[in-house]
Amino acid sequence: MTIQHNDSLLRFMTCGSVDDGKSTLIGRLLFDTKSILADTLTQMDRTSKKRGLEVVDLSLLTDGLQAEREQGITIDVAYRYFSTGTRKYIIADAPGHEQYTRNMVTAASTANLAIILIDARKGVLTQTRRHSFLAHLVGIPHIVVAINKMDLVDFDQSTFEKIKADYLSFAEQIGLQRAGRDIQVVPLSALTGDMLVDRGDAMDWYKGPTMLELLESAPAAHSEQNEPFRFPVQFVCRPHASDDKDLHDFRGFMGRVESGKIAVGDAVTVLPNGYTSKVKAIQLGDEQLESAITEQSVTLLLEDEIDTSRGDMIVKSDQAPEPVKQISGMVCWLSETPLSTARTYIIRHTTRESKAKVGAIEYKVDVNTLEQLEAQGLAMNDIAKINFKLAQPLMVDSYSKNRATGAFIVIDESTNNTVGAGMII
Amino acid sequence: MMTTANKTTLSHLDWLEAEAIHILREVAGQCSNPVLLFSGGKDSLCILRLAEKAFRPGRFPFPLMHIDTGHNYKEVIEFRDQRAAELGERLIVRSVEDSMKRGTVVLKSEDESRNKHQSVTLLEAIEEFGFDCCIGGARRDEEKARAKERIMSFRDEFGQWDPKNQRPELWNLYNARSHKGENIRAFPISNWTEMDVWQYIERENLGLPSIYFAHQRDVVMRAGSIVPVNVPLASGEVINQPKAGEEIINMEVRFRTVGDITCTAPVISDADTISKIVLETATTTITERGATRLDDQTSDASMEQRKKEGYF
Repeated sequence: MTIQHNDSLLRFMTCGSVDDGKSTLIGRLLFDTKSILADTLTQMDRTSKKRGLEVVDLSLLTDGLQAEREQGITIDVAYRYFSTGTRKYIIADAPGHEQYTRNMVTAASTANLAIILIDARKGVLTQTRRHSFLAHLVGIPHIVVAINKMDLVDFDQSTFEKIKADYLSFAEQIGLQRAGRDIQVVPLSALTGDMLVDRGDAMDWYKGPTMLELLESAPAAHSEQNEPFRFPVQFVCRPHASDDKDLHDFRGFMGRVESGKIAVGDAVTVLPNGYTSKVKAIQLGDEQLESAITEQSVTLLLEDEIDTSRGDMIVKSDQAPEPVKQISGMVCWLSETPLSTARTYIIRHTTRESKAKVGAIEYKVDVNTLEQLEAQGLAMNDIAKINFKLAQPLMVDSYSKNRATGAFIVIDESTNNTVGAGMII
Repeated sequence: MMTTANKTTLSHLDWLEAEAIHILREVAGQCSNPVLLFSGGKDSLCILRLAEKAFRPGRFPFPLMHIDTGHNYKEVIEFRDQRAAELGERLIVRSVEDSMKRGTVVLKSEDESRNKHQSVTLLEAIEEFGFDCCIGGARRDEEKARAKERIMSFRDEFGQWDPKNQRPELWNLYNARSHKGENIRAFPISNWTEMDVWQYIERENLGLPSIYFAHQRDVVMRAGSIVPVNVPLASGEVINQPKAGEEIINMEVRFRTVGDITCTAPVISDADTISKIVLETATTTITERGATRLDDQTSDASMEQRKKEGYF
């Protein structure tokens, strides 16, 4: 037996409520990929029996905190892990109820694929629309619509086809296809396991891939687009007091390649000041790299001595964005304290912060009907288009082009809480 | 230095490494006085390697600190000191025994485990040094109360974790701000599993305390767990005497996790190299904590309870 080291990693989220069998789906996925170990299973078995169930309730696996267990609901995003031998998965499991829009947005922010659950008996519901809109808003490129509970409609093909057609026409309406989203629709039963990991024999009429096959073949984050190089500086390394004399002039700019790639010799510009130089070296620990790709954390050394600090952004000179002092974005409000247009907030964008004032709330979106409504203020779970005026310039891209440099969070300085999540238009 | 060929994609270990380095640098960039909790255990050894990759050729922008219950395996304590010396980084040790002397930790009985009392000593040390962030090696796969933990986890002035009052964490925009007296716990390897940790140790060829590898040890069977007995401490004292009627067995075992002697059990194993441990981890049927932590088996919510009280 050999253990693979070169497997990639996929982050995905599940959207649905307890009633759609979301917990059962996750439980089944982990169970069928043999990711649940014996002692956990024994504990689940014990709890299932205590609750008077005859078979192990796989949804117990995603049972979280004491308060949640007492109330029988999920109130926060939970992260689960499994591996298939070819790929490692991180699942963000978010509660699907309307009042948890903020949790869905949180889970979606790091996901590259979303599983949207539909109960085969009920078809496309208001919540399906909400989940799809949010997945779309947060820019998840791959959508898998799982039509679950097929066992309860006798694994009927025409039921599946009808829901699939309904969904695709709705997706057309909100512009999923137009935005280039990859949409797959799969019939399954999380309870029996059909079409999840194993095909089963109840739905021979379905010739497409199983859920797991879809997960295994979906491209990992950032491998798809040709994005411009963006390197926000996190930390500057200047070991001038070191015993090693060679290090006295060392000036390393530490950060993560948020998008694009960079190679030794490339011409770069440091923003917002606009200094230009060339990449002299790229380091990762004691390795010298010739180039670095998206999501790699590295240290960049430049040819020229440039005064650079945390919050600056290194970009390729021919792809430099214009620093801006005004931004417009879709904002999901996360806090129980409503947005106040009179107050000053802090916006964090990459490693940079700026004080910000709300210029105008253009409109608010009803997440169920997708209607644009007039709004004076914002309460928790509201989503609105807002303009901000900034004290410091930010180097932004539009979120639809670049998730890393199009995203920002809003912080309330008095509590230090993260109160808003924004996507630049 | 060695030169490495260009990468076109990141393996899962590369990705996890890059994420952890990013988190460590965010702590360094956002916090004014952070500290890295280092026990000599495998998870914190991974974090030390990640910190080297994050900050060399500079020094770490934080000291290392161990909260010692006084009941740790001497092999681990020796390894802890050796590793800190090799790295040339400052190691702070604060002990539960000192808190006992001060009267801030009172044991119910002499043989009560000191493990949960680490929280008190940790909070005292945070106050003593004015730390605004503690970096730890907790992983979300360890236990279900951890599955909902943030990467930057907020603790109030009493060190308490309130699961209902955590900051939403979106994209990789971490918010590690705190007011004076409050504290952030940062977990750079949140997204790693036990398997990832072992694969990383193998890939990076990291040294480990000897008790992680199969060795002969005197144990007794107690309530279904393997309990090490007659364990010598660095001080010369011997703890964990067998109870009357218990039969001492000499067994080949290894530790999957190391911590306070009174609450960490070994597993039966003949895996004496890292690659054998990786294989064994791939085929095990018992979770890391289920197999080895005597303190998590008391109730479904015991970890959650300890975390609320300020535990890591």
